[in-house]
Amino acid sequence: MSDLTTTPRLVEAGTSNTSYIGKPTSRVEGPAKVTGTAKYSAEFNVPGLLYGYVVTSPITKGRITKINSAPVLALEGVVQIFSHENVPSLAWFDRNYKDDVAPGGSPFRPLHDAEIKFNMQPVALVVADSFEVARYAASVLEIEYEQEKFDTNIDLKRDEGHKPGSGKTGFMPPPPPRGNPNDALKNATHRIEGEYIHGAQHHNPMEMFATTVEYHQDGKITAYDKTQGVYNVQQYITKIFGLSKDEARVVNHYMGGGFGSGLRPQYQVFLAVLAALELKQSVRVSLTRQQMFSFGHRPHTLQYLKMGTNPDGTLAALHHHALHETSKFEEYTENVVNWSGMLYQCENVNLGYQVAELDVYTPLDMRAPGAATGSFALEVAMDEMAYAAGLDPLDFRIRNYAEQDQNMKKPFSSKKLRECYHEGAAKFGWDKRTPEPRSMREGNQLIGWGMAGGVWDASMQKAAAKAIFTADGKLEVLSAAGENGTGTYTIMTQIAAETLGLPLEAVTFKLGDTNMPEAPLQGGSWTAASVGSAVKNVCTEVGEKLLKLAQKMKGSPLKGASIDDVHFADGQIRLNTNPSEAVVIRDILPASGEEKLEVESSAMPNMIKQQPYSMHSHNAVFVEVKVDEDLGTVHVTRVVNAVAAGRILNTKTARSQVLGSVVWGISMALMEETVMDHTFGRYMNHNYAEYHVPVNADIHDIDVVFVEEEDDKVNPLGVKGIGEVGMLGVAAAITNAVYHATGKRVRELPIYMDKLL
Amino acid sequence: MNSFTYTNATAVDAAVREKSTNTKAAFVAGGTNLLDLMKENVERPTRLIGLNKLADLATIEDNPEGGLRLGALATNADTAWHPEVEKRYPLLSQTILAGASPQLRNMATNGGNLMQRTRCYYFYDLATPCNKREPGSGCSALNGFNRIHAILGASEHCIATYPSDMAVALAALEATVRVSGPHGERTIPFADFHRLPGDQPERDNTLETGELITALDLPAKGFEKNFTYLKLRDRTSYAFAVVSVAVGLELEGNVIKEARIALGGVAHKPWRVIAVEETLRGVTATEDNFREAATALLRDAQGYGSNNFKIELAKRAIVRALKQATEMNQPLDANAFLNSNP
Repeated sequence: MSDLTTTPRLVEAGTSNTSYIGKPTSRVEGPAKVTGTAKYSAEFNVPGLLYGYVVTSPITKGRITKINSAPVLALEGVVQIFSHENVPSLAWFDRNYKDDVAPGGSPFRPLHDAEIKFNMQPVALVVADSFEVARYAASVLEIEYEQEKFDTNIDLKRDEGHKPGSGKTGFMPPPPPRGNPNDALKNATHRIEGEYIHGAQHHNPMEMFATTVEYHQDGKITAYDKTQGVYNVQQYITKIFGLSKDEARVVNHYMGGGFGSGLRPQYQVFLAVLAALELKQSVRVSLTRQQMFSFGHRPHTLQYLKMGTNPDGTLAALHHHALHETSKFEEYTENVVNWSGMLYQCENVNLGYQVAELDVYTPLDMRAPGAATGSFALEVAMDEMAYAAGLDPLDFRIRNYAEQDQNMKKPFSSKKLRECYHEGAAKFGWDKRTPEPRSMREGNQLIGWGMAGGVWDASMQKAAAKAIFTADGKLEVLSAAGENGTGTYTIMTQIAAETLGLPLEAVTFKLGDTNMPEAPLQGGSWTAASVGSAVKNVCTEVGEKLLKLAQKMKGSPLKGASIDDVHFADGQIRLNTNPSEAVVIRDILPASGEEKLEVESSAMPNMIKQQPYSMHSHNAVFVEVKVDEDLGTVHVTRVVNAVAAGRILNTKTARSQVLGSVVWGISMALMEETVMDHTFGRYMNHNYAEYHVPVNADIHDIDVVFVEEEDDKVNPLGVKGIGEVGMLGVAAAITNAVYHATGKRVRELPIYMDKLL
Repeated sequence: MNSFTYTNATAVDAAVREKSTNTKAAFVAGGTNLLDLMKENVERPTRLIGLNKLADLATIEDNPEGGLRLGALATNADTAWHPEVEKRYPLLSQTILAGASPQLRNMATNGGNLMQRTRCYYFYDLATPCNKREPGSGCSALNGFNRIHAILGASEHCIATYPSDMAVALAALEATVRVSGPHGERTIPFADFHRLPGDQPERDNTLETGELITALDLPAKGFEKNFTYLKLRDRTSYAFAVVSVAVGLELEGNVIKEARIALGGVAHKPWRVIAVEETLRGVTATEDNFREAATALLRDAQGYGSNNFKIELAKRAIVRALKQATEMNQPLDANAFLNSNP
């Protein structure tokens, strides 16, 4: 492993035809996707495949008293029915069921016993020789239950929250109070307070969860699984089923959207592996759209904020408390309130965070977990505070700009939020805004302009990669990273090509296979930084080897040069001092007689370099809405999202990520809510017809501005990640714009027309 | 999904004969609703009688009454974009295009549109009681999540709404449904085609066993000068109406000669109150008069919790729709941004 801080810098962008970083390169996997050759987990057809269909519980809590399998087993084509009655003896301890991002507690074990812990819990798997037979058989399988009383309503648990433990990776309990938040609030010139609510939301990726387990003749299995982390799944199934890593390979080349839903192994992979091992045959288990509502979700969250200002418009006090649901068996946590202690300068801050247990499935990280929730409440409250203090909402934020992270008492490694404010405002035309609510209109349409912002972690995890350079001049780079439509294939290809000065076409990046070097889960906006650094390192090492071989070539102009004396560009290794003195890279292996170079390397964060700093990406969002004065319909007609996220590796795929984030924000603000009927403890709008996400007609102008931000502390690439930050503040900016349009302050999402009548 | 057999019918009488002797048989044309219901196990026919080969029923042509006859098997898309429909019944065109998505409209047929079933969450979910799906099991929506449910004409047994957009325009236009049954042909006035739930919510309409819709007759009067379809929904396309209003007006200057107002998304059938429409006859087209009519139309409305807002929303939508139809200043493409735009 090389120390990232001493590896040579990349060739400066723009100096050669093989400078790819920062360019709007089109997706390298685009043709495969649009021609249908890109295979997703449910599309691997292997001979003799059996199909499993999941039976889920119609009750919320209680016990299975009887499963009448016999008549269903007698149906033609039905192979087996798995339930708690016939599951073989599996791993006993909770730790075997814990995955990389499992929260504290006791993970749900599918088909473990007769107990029902949540509605739509998988209770049986019917395996048949066709999907249709399995589905039919599942529909006639009679299961009897004994029901118990249950709690699913967080509203009734307001007084039963508790401070969670720190069992979940990445969870940071809120910092202790600073200053005198109570007195400061009491003495403030202006004060506001309010409760902010959003319901449960489900990830709803287009591709439904599915696993195809190929059972090999030697008893080994390959699981083609929808997941954001093949290693996480491999670890999970090997620990539960007592397999060695060599016996269970996990593959995911493509994902039709994840958004966090694939961070934890889902129950279909357990069921598919179980069935394949028991039946010694290949098995596929695919979930239905309805069943996509049977596992993790963004938790229903209640937040309370109190704020006060000093006479000069600076924040005197800030209180932010949150309560959200978790399951009765695991303690799910996310960082909801911490952001409020660092986004603005404030000496008197009180942050509180609790969870309450309900008879639901454990919530699950969903795009910008915690921050999407917290930034909604904080940024709406900031708007209310600005109005109460008689200040422009943008001006108010700039007055309270945080020059350092007061939670950590550390400077930021870089922070260009001020530039986000300025560049975003200029692009949007914020200075033309009239501050009074209801002061802008076009006929029946009230026009509102609102803004908000956000902050997200710039993280890096350990990652490894392998590079194989062959005598034909082709480079293959492999790392078990994930690609859920974000651009991983493309940016890794760009980094590899640029590092070795090769044309893009000569480079193939492969991912998503436990036969490849390990990469972290695809989440947290850290893939670009983590896997990107590993790819850069491994290619740099290939470059060092190539240089050595090149120096042995007859008449080599590179003799005696160190790696710092040369650069890789346009298919050549060139002397920095005289670039015309060069060796053609594809000539090197044939000259040396070697067939290929193979190097494996990894990258990890430089803790010493990072420790003094707080590392974050930021954004500022400006929004225009049109609200029908009589009918309450809201349309988001214009959005400018200015993002400072370090170096942007690919302006095209990064822009797409932010566009998608804005659509998510619009969706969160105006449409998304999984509604539970507490009589049944069941989500009722569990389909695409009634769980609304925007359609094309809902999306209008979206402008993405990337603010230049250099940061040599986060990682040598200077990358902060772009997958999540773009969503922050969008729902708040829309809510604020709705207030500006109508004078109505909505504090509960989604803003359906009901709330504006 | 249950096993089923499938055959394409080649003649109306044979199809009707088969359907009337087999209670487990269902007609299928576009299948845009039936197939979903079968996958969800809500409908379990063992035999499907395919109608798409009955080409005679797919035509659109003049009818003897001076109107237009829309074949039951003409697709929603072909109907909406038919030049005669666009010219003489633009209200119908606009209304069809406000529904579903292009892909669905390409498959869905006019007859099938009338036969689509409610979108009530509980009707679709076998884990919950539903009188419409399983008579006598109870209505979960009554005290449950009923945001999309009825505010007019509901019963203690069912508060489901009928989801079609197209039918709202057909009600306003006073279409006639032509059906062919085991005892021959008959016609059903549109207002009598769908029914209120009463104590038989499992029955959506008044078709008798075996009867097949063959055509929809539009009368000559198309309100092509002053009309609108205002659809309020939770997203701009591909969502069912929370409340919708189809309006056709005949104006003489600023005086209303005839008014038709049909509401969607509020009841078990498109909702019209003829008596209220009568009160608009001879009245000046002003917002006050519109509001009075809207108030009268919603007089008996009742909310069930999550849907209380629909009562006020429907009133406002009626006023807006009447105004739009009077002024004819709305974009004609129902899918354009904000069809309530000034």
